[in-house]
Amino acid sequence: MSALLLRDLRLALRAGGGFGLGLGFFLILAVLVPLGVGPNPATLALIAPGILWVGALLACLLSLDRLFALDFEDGSLDLLATAPIPLEGVVAIKALAHWLTTGLPLVLVAPLLGLLLNLPAPAYGWLVLSLLLGTPALSVIGAFGAALTVGLKRGGLLLSLLVLPLYMPTLIFGSELVSRGAQGLPVGTALALLAGITTGACALLPFAAAQALRINLR
Amino acid sequence: MELVVRNLACARGGLPLLERVNLVLQAGQALVLRGPNGSGKTTLLRTLAGLQPPLDGTLSCPPEACAYAGHADGLKATLTAAENLQFWAAIHGQPSGSVSRALAAMNLSDLAGRPAQALSAGQKRRLGLARLMVTGRWLWLLDEPTVSLDAASVALFAGVVRAHLAQGGAALIATHIDLGLEGAEELQLAPFRAAPRAPAGFDEAFL
Repeated sequence: MSALLLRDLRLALRAGGGFGLGLGFFLILAVLVPLGVGPNPATLALIAPGILWVGALLACLLSLDRLFALDFEDGSLDLLATAPIPLEGVVAIKALAHWLTTGLPLVLVAPLLGLLLNLPAPAYGWLVLSLLLGTPALSVIGAFGAALTVGLKRGGLLLSLLVLPLYMPTLIFGSELVSRGAQGLPVGTALALLAGITTGACALLPFAAAQALRINLR
Repeated sequence: MELVVRNLACARGGLPLLERVNLVLQAGQALVLRGPNGSGKTTLLRTLAGLQPPLDGTLSCPPEACAYAGHADGLKATLTAAENLQFWAAIHGQPSGSVSRALAAMNLSDLAGRPAQALSAGQKRRLGLARLMVTGRWLWLLDEPTVSLDAASVALFAGVVRAHLAQGGAALIATHIDLGLEGAEELQLAPFRAAPRAPAGFDEAFL
């Protein structure tokens, strides 16, 4: 299993691996929003949590269609399915690799982009915590969507349509957590629900995704 | 170790393609599958590899004993030849020494450090076949393994298969050419073509 994780990380970091695609998108969004909305600090502070969360979500979505499609096209998905590691493990590891190359960089760079959007000072800790808790769910739910659409040509559109409704709870509770944190309100409920969605998704969706892959490989 | 297939039926795209397939393969034997295009060679091999469930019949051999090599080689373009094999060796829990042996057996030692995208079609094919040797599995399921190989490489590969058989392995090979394997039996798939029948229900195409 660690061999698969290392291979996926290595592939992502080599030329054409797509590492930095989501990060670049996130950066562009955070730079463009103040230009589009106007430089009023109060307005920016109000919308900053939502913008940062929507940006992180869309950045995650960008690289999802490659998650299984590349392995499907070059035949390695067939070989992984016949390998001695369970397909559920393959899905979990590939989702983890996706999070490490897409989600984690977003978490690390988000405070910097919060500066551009005039995020209130008390919210920085909550921003990092909410993204740290929420982005793994984005990767795992995305892996499920990618497994459903793996055999389709140009499955990206269908993937987005399937995955976006599943992303909504994470988005709502994630940005709510940051907004409440910024205003100094209690955040316990949003925090618990965000963590609950992530742990539930990580526990259940690899099994659903593996089953979807088995059907698509026939 | 032996593979016994009894009364196997398998489908492609929801339509039955083969039925009443019976075959027995002992350790040390090779069986060559023959049949025109579309006769179900790939479907049979994918069913044996466990990639799709049979419609009917029994297989004595668990998918964990099979190493499948399909039309695609499963190579990653940006990894070097050696890295590609090291990955598959690690996945199958084989020692890393098997990688250099496999590269040498398929005459790829000089190309070990080259990215797979810089290999020619025949060299990629040889690398894909070298992967079989790092799986440590006894039954090789080979789907047209000699595509884009030159005559020398075909002979080289036949030697690798012979060595695998001599070590107690077995191979099921779908091919249109003569590999030059002594004592390999042939199985014509055409007589096992399934009689056309209407699909049982709308859902069947999706399940």
